Amino acid sequence: MSPKTLYDKIWDAHVAHEAEDGTSLLYIDRHLVHEVTSPQAFEGLRLANRKVRAPEKTIAVPDHNVPTTDDRVNGITNEESRIQVEALDRNAKDFGIHYYPVSDIRQGIVHIIGPEQGWTLPGMTIVCGDSHTATHGAFGALAHGIGTSEVEHVLATQTLIQKKSKNMKVEITGKLGPGVTAKDITLSVIGKTGTAGGTGYVIEYCGEAIRSLSMEGRMTVCNMAIEGGARAGLIAPDEKTFEYIKGRPHAPKGAQWEAAMAWWQTLYSDDDAHWDKVVTIRGEDIAPVVTWGTSPEDVLPITAEVPDPESFQGGKVQGARRALDYMGLKPGTKLSDIEIDTVFIGSCTNGRIEDLRAAAAVLKGKKIAVKRAMVVPGSGLVRAQAEEEGLADIFREAGFEWRLAGCSMCLAMNPDQLSPGERCAATSNRNFEGRQGRGGRTHLMSPQMAAAAAITGRLTDVREMMAPAPEPA
Amino acid sequence: MDKYETFTGIAAPLPQINVDTDMIIPKQFLKTIKRTGLGVNLFDEMRYDDNGAEIPSFVLNQPAYREAEILIAGENFGCGSSREHAPWAIRDFGIRCIVAPSYADIFYNNCFKNGILPIVLPQEQVDILMADAEKGANARMTVDLEAQEITASDGQVFRFELDSFKKHCLLNGLDDIALTLEKGPSIDAFEARAGLERPWV
Ligand code: SF4
Repeated sequence: MSPKTLYDKIWDAHVAHEAEDGTSLLYIDRHLVHEVTSPQAFEGLRLANRKVRAPEKTIAVPDHNVPTTDDRVNGITNEESRIQVEALDRNAKDFGIHYYPVSDIRQGIVHIIGPEQGWTLPGMTIVCGDSHTATHGAFGALAHGIGTSEVEHVLATQTLIQKKSKNMKVEITGKLGPGVTAKDITLSVIGKTGTAGGTGYVIEYCGEAIRSLSMEGRMTVCNMAIEGGARAGLIAPDEKTFEYIKGRPHAPKGAQWEAAMAWWQTLYSDDDAHWDKVVTIRGEDIAPVVTWGTSPEDVLPITAEVPDPESFQGGKVQGARRALDYMGLKPGTKLSDIEIDTVFIGSCTNGRIEDLRAAAAVLKGKKIAVKRAMVVPGSGLVRAQAEEEGLADIFREAGFEWRLAGCSMCLAMNPDQLSPGERCAATSNRNFEGRQGRGGRTHLMSPQMAAAAAITGRLTDVREMMAPAPEPA
Repeated sequence: MDKYETFTGIAAPLPQINVDTDMIIPKQFLKTIKRTGLGVNLFDEMRYDDNGAEIPSFVLNQPAYREAEILIAGENFGCGSSREHAPWAIRDFGIRCIVAPSYADIFYNNCFKNGILPIVLPQEQVDILMADAEKGANARMTVDLEAQEITASDGQVFRFELDSFKKHCLLNGLDDIALTLEKGPSIDAFEARAGLERPWV
């Protein structure tokens, strides 16, 4: 048999039909659904008198619109948000799909609860009407975002019409320095390849620095594959993956577990597999980074300065001018001199327990020097665990608001928004104009860096706050 | 969906790279549970000021381009989220064709499901069409999906490539779901086989 990549193997195992021109029906193992991109799809099913083909493989949760304040038990005050969440309540019930309502402690951001509940398994095909579905690729699953028409298509047929993407390998060799995290890896890759560098590809991340990451870290890396333009990001499963999955509510058990393991252990790219594109970065060359502009590719080490738009080429010159104007920044300003108003720790990129631990470690015994700071755990269970570990107290004592689970200020569909001109250090994944609120200015970074910024009130190199001895990996 | 017929229309220039889905339709308009009515909010934050008044300099607010049916744009158009509200808003405004050097993957696919043809052309050719579009309402272009051609106002013809299956569906206004349901037996067979091979799924 000819050598295959991990993507080739998963693809081949899921083709239900292939036309002569390569257009394929890809069978979908897990379909995740949230309230914003699904109402029109369910409406379409009703109008055509269609059913959900595989309700047992369909999992729904409200996350984008839900308030994250304690008073949400009394209901959602914003009428449109409430209607959207109620529509999901009704659709989940009418079509008989798995559901985690707002009142359930397991509720949270769809990409956090999938892995948490054991829905996400190696070798699966997973889709969701949400671009950050790529997160699940950390388990060696082929996972990507789809539009609402495709949501309806998957609901009705459990398949997706697809053509195969090309294979791209992103290798991060060696070890990461102190204070450098999975977020710095993924942002640095985008900084190098650009936001369209992955267009047409499925990326497999590999190399020693990737292997050394925890499952949480791997999810952070894959989460932002979409910001690099790729259809999906993947990491081959290994012992850490299996360890993470074992015992989760929807993970296979007993003989099923053994059978699953036998297949999962074949899920890696063969040595001589063909790659259409290869990018290699030395782990030692990655620094803690922040974004300065309005595209995730506008990324630089925290030790750098705001760039001069004239130093770019082509359309980027105009793009950078516009970005600096929007961000209210001048070329030559040291990034570490940029003062911030707000800190947001959360999102499907960095709202897991490890992220909260990392931020709390920096914050312990310190006070914030910004107008406001909030932590929004990625799920009710992450929140409960953080409370048990005493992290919530560290955040509260430092001056952070301790919120309930949801997407929150990552996209500001709920009341958590920036006001015009307000500058935010955020652990989310998009720094687009208006993303966190009209006129709001977003700098993306790791949870450690966001915590450091909260303490000093400006973008800060977290390494300056760390004990001199490097942390054990 | 309607069949995609050849048409001649006004093209609006938007010479900006990385136009993301948050710009195309900001999140406050994602709360709808309908597909229609989003056209007035297309490019909302670029199009209206804080008081909701039109910003005269924005291209779609200029008299020449209010009826635009084609949009000429920069590279990586439609990057960002999977929200189909973006193509819904574009189509609801009246735009049926976009020309750009490249698109984000999900946005590109979403266009075809909504009667929008996203044409990919090399940067040099997009530049020519951009300059043509700058001429205003008198510069009308013709889009012929069948022939895979777009004709500038001076008669220059540009040929574009696209996937034959996508072309077929768009041209004939076909419903994907109905097409796939015809392959029901293949899906049944796959499920039976996968159920034996991977019973834990
Ligand atoms: S946290 Fe942000 S990026 Fe993730 S699913 Fe929610 S809105 Fe999307």
